[in-house]
Amino acid sequence: MLETIWFLLWGVLWAVYFVLDGFDLGIGTLMPFLAKNEYEKRVMYNAGGPFWDGNEVWLLSAGGVTFAAFPQAYATMFSGLYSALMLLLFALILRGVSFEFRGKVENDTWKSVWDACQVAGSFLPALLLGVAFANLFHGLPLNEAHVNTGGLFDLLNPYGLLGGVLFVAMFCLHGALWLSIRATGELKDRAMATACKLWPAVLVLVLAFLAYSFVHTQLFGNYLKNPPLLLILVAAVAGLLLSRVYLAKGQAWKAWGGSAVFIACVALFGVVGLYPAILISTLNPAWSLTIHNAASSTLTLKIMLGVALVFVPLVIGYQIWSILTFSKPIQSEHDLEY
Amino acid sequence: MDVLMLSRLQFAAATMFHFLFVPLTLGISVLIACMETAYVRTGKDVYKRMARFWGKLFLINFTLGVVTGITLEFQFGTNWSRYSAYVGDIFGSLLAIEATAAFFLESTFIGVWHFGWDKLSPRAHALSAWLVAGASNLSAVWILIANGFMQNPMGYELRNGRAELTDFVAIITNPWAWNQFVHVVSASFCVATFFIMGISAWHLLRRQNEEFFQKSFRLALYVGLASTAIVVAQGHIHGNLVAKLQPAKLAAMESHWETRKSAPMYLLQIPDEKGEKNLVQALPVPRLLSILAFSDPDAEVKGLLDFPASDRPPVTITFLAFRLMVGIGMLMPLLMLFGLFKRDALAKYPLYLKAMIWAMPLPYLGMQAGWAVTEVGRQPWIVYGLMRTSDAVSPIAASQAGASLVAMVLLYTLLGAAGAYLMFTFARKGPVDA
Ligand code: HDD
Ligand code: HEM
Ligand code: HEM
Repeated sequence: MLETIWFLLWGVLWAVYFVLDGFDLGIGTLMPFLAKNEYEKRVMYNAGGPFWDGNEVWLLSAGGVTFAAFPQAYATMFSGLYSALMLLLFALILRGVSFEFRGKVENDTWKSVWDACQVAGSFLPALLLGVAFANLFHGLPLNEAHVNTGGLFDLLNPYGLLGGVLFVAMFCLHGALWLSIRATGELKDRAMATACKLWPAVLVLVLAFLAYSFVHTQLFGNYLKNPPLLLILVAAVAGLLLSRVYLAKGQAWKAWGGSAVFIACVALFGVVGLYPAILISTLNPAWSLTIHNAASSTLTLKIMLGVALVFVPLVIGYQIWSILTFSKPIQSEHDLEY
Repeated sequence: MDVLMLSRLQFAAATMFHFLFVPLTLGISVLIACMETAYVRTGKDVYKRMARFWGKLFLINFTLGVVTGITLEFQFGTNWSRYSAYVGDIFGSLLAIEATAAFFLESTFIGVWHFGWDKLSPRAHALSAWLVAGASNLSAVWILIANGFMQNPMGYELRNGRAELTDFVAIITNPWAWNQFVHVVSASFCVATFFIMGISAWHLLRRQNEEFFQKSFRLALYVGLASTAIVVAQGHIHGNLVAKLQPAKLAAMESHWETRKSAPMYLLQIPDEKGEKNLVQALPVPRLLSILAFSDPDAEVKGLLDFPASDRPPVTITFLAFRLMVGIGMLMPLLMLFGLFKRDALAKYPLYLKAMIWAMPLPYLGMQAGWAVTEVGRQPWIVYGLMRTSDAVSPIAASQAGASLVAMVLLYTLLGAAGAYLMFTFARKGPVDA
């Protein structure tokens, strides 16, 4: 029971991470296509500026909770995906620094170097997270000692790559919608037009991903056994449709909300499909890591549950306050910090 | 080189680089919160300008602290997966608590603080500064409890082939961790205050913004004096704990080879690790080692020769790092006492102000040396007495660990250079636009 609760919480943390960091990774990825001048670039940096660090801590928490609740899964996952994770971390490092450093020196070369870091540092994590999660949904070649016997290039199979492209597209849509909330004038119009163009691509990609998952993975097993669970997929599709409806009405906040529901449900769909496995072994089902053989002791799970029940609602509370306080449209230079 | 050595180097590089930024954050965040509180209380503009000027340098530092911390969070999984599986039940939960209880607070409110100068009332803005400062120091509590477990493991039982949690209260009240906390935080205030005094001295020498930098210097001076007093006094207690719980580390810190009672301390000593003796050993202070280690002039201090060679830490590094740290601990109060007596006429002592500029790196060196003592001196154990470092490393290819080590060192060098350049530029500019 405790293990199941932690499994779900684990999935929820990843889902919240994708929803929150998704929009600022998307904005960074779209920068070369949307910003036409220095002022617009700065608006794009500032659109996610007050939040990127807070958003990234959801990644730390998701990682930390994997460590705390399923130590063996943490050990296998991050040593098994060593090179991919290192790439992800280096990209996030460069991106984080680019926010703070870019505007501090009035020199075009300096600025374009950090712009490159911001764009690559946003695109790569989106891609790598998608590739990694698609591979987790499918399973890794874990041996008897739970060691991944595949390498970096084994991750780049068609299903993994489709996952990667899906994540990039989802995050770009999500980022364009966030930019519609925070930008004004031409940049806002461009952001909304881009969101309209991205939307059909996301729809096609997610349908393709679901179809591919159906034939290539076991994800649908739990859903066929328990059809009511399919509500997660219904919610995902509803979120995506609503985001288009509100976009057409010019209601950026609601469109962003729809996209948030969509991203969260796509992630949860995969996680629930995995249950009770965390890491599937494609070599032998008996070598998979599940909530039964990877979980921490009952005492640790109980203490951590207490910690999560106290702090996570608190965090959600002050992060919502911060988002509401700092998400007014950016009107002029005066509203820029970066 | 094998995976073990590469992973150790990578961990050392990653943590030591992270710890170039951590101490300044821990100290200066509190001082900035104090400046803002003074602004709210008195309404004097100079305090706001102080908070903004030091705050700008703080933000550059903070960003580097954050991004280097993110790598660390995952290094236990990437490079020390056997360790993670073995003690994750305890260690993993401490890291997860640190993230949920401290990092969220710190990272959310640093955004609020950065973007809130015109959007929040001065009172609310000062509150956000306190939340950042409090959360940063809270994160130190949890990570040091985690490190304390590795130094002095307790509250666990070996079950199911791993260490499982049995007593959470024992873990969070581990005396080792709390000693480390007091030592690290007070040492961090030394870093922050020397940072402020050094930059203020540079401007005072040039007679720019005199009121501003005199106020800054003075605040840093008082806080710095108190902090060194704590670092040194508590360092002694810390040493007692090491003597009791990790005698091999203590012996390495002093390069003390033969067990004896009433052990003296040699002011001049050169260890010879291969020959298992000291090449040079001169200027003894009778019984001082026994006093320092056990607060008893006759106590017996165990020597390195009484430990099997496989249980001894690297002696030379531990010994030199300890001497360096203690030397800095002696020098810092002297520098500050002079400033205390001449605090009203600093401009008349340009040599002193110059010395304070050059003294800025001292506490940084002390911090790095201190961690070298703690971590190198703990070898060959990753969890003292429980798990050896060589059993902890991940089953990854040496090429992977080697490539990531090279990439990390390159990346960090570039970032460090860019960060230092920015800090330097803005420190010299002074409080122009604030
Ligand atoms: C004594 C204090 C201390 C020590 C020993 C460490 N750290 Fe640290 N860490 C901090 C004190 C700190 C801090 C003061 O809270 C930082 C530094 C600058 C900052 O922004 O926050 C931080 C940032 C920071 C972050 C980024 C948080 C964010 O995004 O806001 C992570 C993930 C870590 N650290 C993780 C670690 C790990 C895994 C360590 C162990 C090897 C570690 N730190 C040692
Ligand atoms: C931030 C301050 C710290 C610094 C500067 C530091 C420094 C070092 C150094 C120099 C080493 C290499 C020792 C050797 O290879 O001989 C090391 C190893 C290690 N330290 Fe720390 N350390 C710090 C904090 C921590 C903390 C807080 C933890 C745990 C929470 C930790 C866990 C480890 C681990 C797992 C290793 C790898 C095993 C080893 O090589 O000993 N360190 N650290
Ligand atoms: C004469 C004064 C000092 C004494 C007697 C002293 C004592 C000690 C001892 C015994 C340790 C090792 C504890 C362990 O293995 O966990 C230690 C660690 C450390 N020292 Fe010092 N120290 C002094 C001054 C300083 C100064 C001036 C700084 C920096 C400004 C500093 C920074 C550190 C740090 C960062 C550590 C590692 C963290 C820890 O283990 O607490 N120390 N110190």
